[in-house]
Amino acid sequence: MERIAEEQQVSLPPLDDSLSLHETGFDSLAFAILVARLEDDLGIDPFTISEDAAFPLTVGDFVRAYENVPA
Amino acid sequence: MSPREIFALRDYLSPELKGRTISDPTATVSLTDALSQSCLGGRVRELSGRSVLLSVSTQLIAALAMIELDGVVKRMLLCPPDLNPDHIQALIESAEIDAVVTDEPPRWTHSGIYLIAGAHLPVERLLTKLKTERATEWLMLTSGTSGVPKIVRHTLEGLCGAIVAERPGRGAPPAWATFYDIRRYGGLQIFLRAILGGGSMVLSAPGEPLADYVARLSAQSVTHISGTPSHWRRLLMSGAAAGFAPRYVRLSGEIADQAVLDGLKQAFPSSSVGHAYASTEAGVGFAVNDGFEGFPAHLIGPNRDGVEMKVVDGSLRIRSKRAATAYIGNGAAALTDTDGFVDTGDMVELRGDRYYFVGRRGGIINIGGLKVHPEEIEAIINRHPDVRMSRAKSRKSPITGAIVVADVVLTESGAGRTREVRDEILADCRSNLASHKVPAVIRFVEALDVTPAGKLVRSDA
Repeated sequence: MERIAEEQQVSLPPLDDSLSLHETGFDSLAFAILVARLEDDLGIDPFTISEDAAFPLTVGDFVRAYENVPA
Repeated sequence: MSPREIFALRDYLSPELKGRTISDPTATVSLTDALSQSCLGGRVRELSGRSVLLSVSTQLIAALAMIELDGVVKRMLLCPPDLNPDHIQALIESAEIDAVVTDEPPRWTHSGIYLIAGAHLPVERLLTKLKTERATEWLMLTSGTSGVPKIVRHTLEGLCGAIVAERPGRGAPPAWATFYDIRRYGGLQIFLRAILGGGSMVLSAPGEPLADYVARLSAQSVTHISGTPSHWRRLLMSGAAAGFAPRYVRLSGEIADQAVLDGLKQAFPSSSVGHAYASTEAGVGFAVNDGFEGFPAHLIGPNRDGVEMKVVDGSLRIRSKRAATAYIGNGAAALTDTDGFVDTGDMVELRGDRYYFVGRRGGIINIGGLKVHPEEIEAIINRHPDVRMSRAKSRKSPITGAIVVADVVLTESGAGRTREVRDEILADCRSNLASHKVPAVIRFVEALDVTPAGKLVRSDA
């Protein structure tokens, strides 16, 4: 996330689970980039696999979306 | 009534020009003696006035058959080697084909076509020379469509319009070669240049490795050569260009960006490097020889050598004596608008006193509702010194619908430093492109697919 923040010239606040994604300063494009690169690294995209995946609100939600992908 | 004098290919083949040849790895055939030899076993007279499908397995036989058939048959439909066999029947019906010239006659026994003429090498001696009887219609197929290709009708006069206008320079006639197939518009232009220019031509054989072809080009002192930017990038990547020193290097068929022009100038310091704009429908529009991408804005507007260009809604429109005369077939669309302009579908942008090609109208990718031409992104990526070629495309994103991703082929020098190169490319993209056009993901790949017509494969276009 820090790498993308630097590329997108976003100043990232300290990350913790309760930080809302809105407050990260990431726009939808930055998230799209993050999701795509995570998919390349991890081979999964939890937001596409699950049709009813609620879009995460906080950094913690976002991380859990990846943790909860059925193997 | 005296009809205008009709010229056919044979009328450019004078027995007085000695030493002219056309060759592939298997055979070398004299062009000097072209008028007194036949690859059709002398059966060409039976084909007089017929609508002929030319379906042969090598460019060399195709070339010799074109020389024999032009001016004798009513029309000839040139089948490129990658033609999908499933489309042949539809093409035969649309073009009202009633004869086939082939080097594999058994394949056509059950085709329902009455007249099958076998073409073969070596050529045989003709006892009486053929006469030009008519202006044969040249039918070519469009490339790049996934369905049945469209049939485009040209005249030899239109096909040769740009060649006549360029007025070849003095000195020894050029020896031509091309990475295109001569049964496609770009390749046919080069074959015609060889015939009209009084020189020789070196053709590739099906499946011939690039390095072998280039070695033959060097050995036979080829001076003039053309291909698409993708062809040229592939050559630069192969390392096979070393030792080859053509006088003239020509690009067409895709956008020639500054990176590929500079790369060729570097690889061939003693060559002049030019790029030409042409399409199967609109014919040759113009050639640019100043070494820069794009073209001078003053080419738009006035009629030069029978070519008139305008830009409407961002796309280049051409009215030209070199354009095709029609699409052929039942229910075929009109080739031009009511004023006679062909809409090329190639999008251009005016910056300063030059127009730049930005992409195909049909190739636009949609990124979160914003339109992006992949070519404009590739042009930025390609100018990185460690990049050989690239392809931008869209990838589905659960967040924005789609994002831009880029596949990049590096030069040898870039291969060891992918992380730095990625950062440099992204920095360059960010300072020159709107944020939605900056690739979200850059993937380094060994190679990119190129179509049989020499163009980058754009599966999402």
